[in-house]
Amino acid sequence: MAGMPTREVLTASDISRSLTRIAHEILERNHGSERVTVLGIPTRGVPLARRIGERLAHTEGGAEIPVGSLDVTMYRDDLRGQPTRTLQRTDLPEPGIDDRIVVLVDDVLYSGRTIRAALDALGDLGRPAAVQLAVLVDRGHRELPIRADFVGKNLPTAATERVDVHLTEIDDVPDAVTISGGEAH
Amino acid sequence: MSTDYLILGARLLGEEPADLVLRDGVIASLGADTAHPRDGVELVTVDADGLLALPGLVDLHTHLREPGREDTETVLTGSRAAAAGGFTAVHAMANTTPVADTAGVVEQVHRLGIDAGYVDVRPVGAVSVGLEGTRLAELGAMASSAAGVRVFSDDGHCVDDPVLMRRALEYVKSFDGVIAQHAQEPRLTVGAQMHEGVVSAELGLAGWPAVAEESIIARDILLAEHVGSRLHVCHLSTAGSVDIVRWAKARGIDVTAEVTPHHLLLTDEQARSYDPRYKVNPPLRTAEDVEAVRAGLADGTIDVVATDHAPHAAEDKDCEWPAGAFGMTGLETALPVVQATMVETGRLTWADVARVLSTTPARIGRVSGQGRPVAVGEPANLTLVDPAARRRVEPAAQVTRSRNTPFAGTELPGRVVATFLRGRATVYDGAPVAHEEVNA
Amino acid sequence: MRHLLSTAELTRDEAVRILDTAEAMAATQGRSIKKLPTLRGRTVVNLFFEDSTRTRISFEAAAKRLSADVLNFSAKGSSVSKGESLKDTALTLQAMGIDAVVIRHHDSGAPHRLAHSGWIDVPVLNAGDGTHQHPTQALLDAFTLRRHLSADGETPAPEDTALDGASVVIVGDVLHSRVARSNVSLLHTLGARVTVVAPPTLLPVGIEPWPCEVRYDLDEALAEAVPDAVMMLRVQRERMTSAGGFFPSPHEYHRRYGLDGERLARLPERCVVMHPGPMNRGLEISAEAADSPRSTIVEQVGNGVAVRMAALYLLLAGEEGIA
Ligand SMILES: [Zn+2]
Repeated sequence: MAGMPTREVLTASDISRSLTRIAHEILERNHGSERVTVLGIPTRGVPLARRIGERLAHTEGGAEIPVGSLDVTMYRDDLRGQPTRTLQRTDLPEPGIDDRIVVLVDDVLYSGRTIRAALDALGDLGRPAAVQLAVLVDRGHRELPIRADFVGKNLPTAATERVDVHLTEIDDVPDAVTISGGEAH
Repeated sequence: MSTDYLILGARLLGEEPADLVLRDGVIASLGADTAHPRDGVELVTVDADGLLALPGLVDLHTHLREPGREDTETVLTGSRAAAAGGFTAVHAMANTTPVADTAGVVEQVHRLGIDAGYVDVRPVGAVSVGLEGTRLAELGAMASSAAGVRVFSDDGHCVDDPVLMRRALEYVKSFDGVIAQHAQEPRLTVGAQMHEGVVSAELGLAGWPAVAEESIIARDILLAEHVGSRLHVCHLSTAGSVDIVRWAKARGIDVTAEVTPHHLLLTDEQARSYDPRYKVNPPLRTAEDVEAVRAGLADGTIDVVATDHAPHAAEDKDCEWPAGAFGMTGLETALPVVQATMVETGRLTWADVARVLSTTPARIGRVSGQGRPVAVGEPANLTLVDPAARRRVEPAAQVTRSRNTPFAGTELPGRVVATFLRGRATVYDGAPVAHEEVNA
Repeated sequence: MRHLLSTAELTRDEAVRILDTAEAMAATQGRSIKKLPTLRGRTVVNLFFEDSTRTRISFEAAAKRLSADVLNFSAKGSSVSKGESLKDTALTLQAMGIDAVVIRHHDSGAPHRLAHSGWIDVPVLNAGDGTHQHPTQALLDAFTLRRHLSADGETPAPEDTALDGASVVIVGDVLHSRVARSNVSLLHTLGARVTVVAPPTLLPVGIEPWPCEVRYDLDEALAEAVPDAVMMLRVQRERMTSAGGFFPSPHEYHRRYGLDGERLARLPERCVVMHPGPMNRGLEISAEAADSPRSTIVEQVGNGVAVRMAALYLLLAGEEGIA
C-alpha cells in the first residue's frame, strides 16, 4: 500500500458532531426516545451505537436508552469465497425488540447487503414496530433498495477507493474516517 | 547368434577396476582385455567405467503371484522386475492359488520361470497342505520334483503348531531342506494392523506386538536345536528378534535370518498417513528396531536381505488402512535401499553386500550356480551397478506389474545398468531386454 | 481449518474459537425461530458406515438449523453393503456436487484417508472413526465443562476462555475408546489436567507419551485428582468377558471401576459426571450416578448440536482458512 494517498475526510470532532446530530434527528423523528432501542452491528457499529445511546440519554435528561448489538454474520449472503468470519455477539437489551423502534447503527453504508442481513436477523428475533438505520458514512454504490434514515456524512467514492473508520474503542487511535487508493487496482 | 561381452573397467565388488569377458555362459577371463572376436559370435563391449560388478543377486523371498493373481504379477513380469533390480535368482513363495503344496504346482512355477528366462525361479514349497498349518504337505515329492525345492515356507501364515513345526524341521533334513518361518504368534495378532506401540496407541489401530514375532523365533530356535535341524527366519523385524538370533548363533544353533529392505529404512511413523502402502506383515517397527536390524545385518547376526516383494492390485491399497492388503513391492528398490542404509553409512562394504544379497541367500536356498565368486570359470551371473546415480522412485516407471512401492517419491542411490544370467543380458542400458531376446 | 479429523490437530486458539462459535450458535437455539440461513444452498452428506442414530441426528439437526441440505447415506442397505469401496462412494458423492462430508466409520483413519487421498475435494468432518477419534464429542464435552467451570452449565461461558487448571478423570475402556483419545488431547490443549483410570488390560501399550496421568485404582485417583469432572467411558459388555477377555466379570468391573453411589458421594461438590452415551447402567455407571443432579449427560446431548453447528459453520461458511 506504500505510496497510496490516504486523506482524512472526517476528524474526531466531525465524527462527534455527526453523532450528536444523528441523536437529535432520532429524537425528532420518533418524538422522543420512549420506544427506541439502539442496536449496533459489529464491529464498529457497536461503539457507535453506544455513543449515540449516551447522547440520547443525555438529551433526554438521563433516561435509560436500551443499547445492544446484532451480529448478522449468519445471515450474510457473501460468506462464500471469503475467509471464515468469526461470529460476534448478539446482545438484545431488555425489553427485547417486539414493538420497539429499533435503530440499527453501522459505520459505513455501501452495498446494503449487511443491512439486508440485519433485517433478516431481526425478523428471526422478533417483530419491531419500526426499523431505522443510522450510519456514520454513506459512500454510495448500493446493490439493494436500502437507504439510511440518519447519515453522518454522504461521501461519494469510487468503487476502487477504500473507506476506513477508526474508533478509539476498537482501533486504539483517535477517531477518524479516511479514504485511500482509487487510482488503479 | 550368440553374444560375447567384454566389460571394460568394472570395479569388482567395489574394488579395483578390471575387464571381464563373458563367453559361453561363464566368466572367461578377468583382468586385462583379452577378448578377441570369434567367428559367428558378436562381441559387445560394455564401458563399465564407474560401475560396480556384483554377483547376480539372489532373493530368498519373492511373491510372484502366479498362479492365481496374474493381475498383480506373473512369473514373467516378476522375474523381469527382479532382473531390473539386479537379481539372477528368486525364490517364489508358495502362497499362490492353488497353493504350491504339490510337485505339480512347483513344477509349473519352475517351468514358467524357465520360459520367462530372466532369472532362475526357485519355487518355495508350502510346509502344510493349503498353508492351513495342520498337515505336512508332500515335502519330499516337491524336493525331488524337477523344481528341486529346498526351501519350504507357509509364508503369510506362521506354522504355529509346535508339533507340526518340529516334524517339518526334522523331515526336510533328509534332502537338506530348510524351513523358512514367518514368525507370527496368531493369537497375539488377531486383527493386527501395525506395530503395537506409541503410534498404534495414538492412531487407534490394532497392535502387532514384537513379542508375537520374538516368541515364535525363540521357540523355533529351541526346536531346531533340539532336533538338529536348519531353520531360516523370514523378515525378522524387531530388536528382540535380533538378540534372540544372536544368542542362538553364539550357541551354535543352525539358524539363519533375513531382513527386508523396508525394515531397514521405514518405521511405524509412516502409518500416521493411514496410507496402506505402508501396511506390511510383519509391520514397520520403531526407529530403535530399524537401528537394531541394521546393526544385526552389519555384525552378521542377520545373514541376508530378502525383498518380500509382494505386489498388490491398486484397489487393495487405495482404500482405508484396515481394508488394505499387507505387503509392498521391493525387487527394484532392494539394492538401492541397502546402499542407502548400509553402504553409505559405512556399515557394509560392497563385498558384504554381495554376501548378504547373493552368496548367503544362494547357500541357504541351495541354489547351484548362483551366488558364486566373480572369478574365471564361474557362471556369468553378474549385475553392473552405477552407485553414483540417484533416482526418485516412480511407481509407474517400475517394471513390476504392481504399483505398491512404499518408496514412491523417495530419492534412492544406485542404478542397475546391466544384469547377466549365464552370460546373457537380461537388463541392458538400464532397461530389461525384450522377452524374445532373453528367451531366444 | 480445512477438515476436522482429530482433536490432536487443533491448536488452543482454534479449539477456543470453536467453543466460542458454539456459544454463539447455542444462543440462537433458545429462540422460537432456531433456523439460520447461513449455509443455504450447501449440501452436507452424513456418510455413516456404522450405526449411530444419536450422532447422525445431532449432525443432521446442526446442518438443518444452518439451512444446509442434508443427505443421509448409511452403509446398511446401500451399495456399501454390496462391497462398494469408500473410494467409489467418495467419487460418487463428489460427482453429486456436495459441499462437505460428515463421516462415521468403523475403521480408524477412514476420515483421514477420505480427506487426504484426493478422492474428494470438500471438508471432511470426523463423526467417529474406529478406535481413533471423535472430535465433536470431545468438543461438546469441553463446551459443557467450560460452562460448568464458570457458572451453572446453563449460562454461556465467557468468551476466549479455556479449561486452565481444571482436573478431569476419564475412566474405563481407554484402549477401544475414540472418546478417550479425543478428550485426552483436547483437554490437555485447553489447559486441563487429565487422569485416565482403567484396568491395565484396557489401556493401550504405548500410552506413555499421552499428556495425562495413568492410574489403575479409581478410588486413589479420585482422591488425588480432586476432579472437576469425571468422564465415564462406555464399556462393551460382549467383548469384555469372552475368551481372552479384558476383565473377569461385569460385576468385578463395576466394583472396581464403576461410578456408584458411594463414589459419587465422595466426589468434590462442584464435580460433574459426564458420559458420552449410550450408557450401560450397572456396569460403568450406576443409575444413581447417571440420574444425579451432577450428571451432565442430557446437557451434553443438547450442547452437541451447538458444537456441531459451530464445526459446520467454521468448515463450510467461508473458504478454507480462518480470518
Ligand atoms: Zn511373510
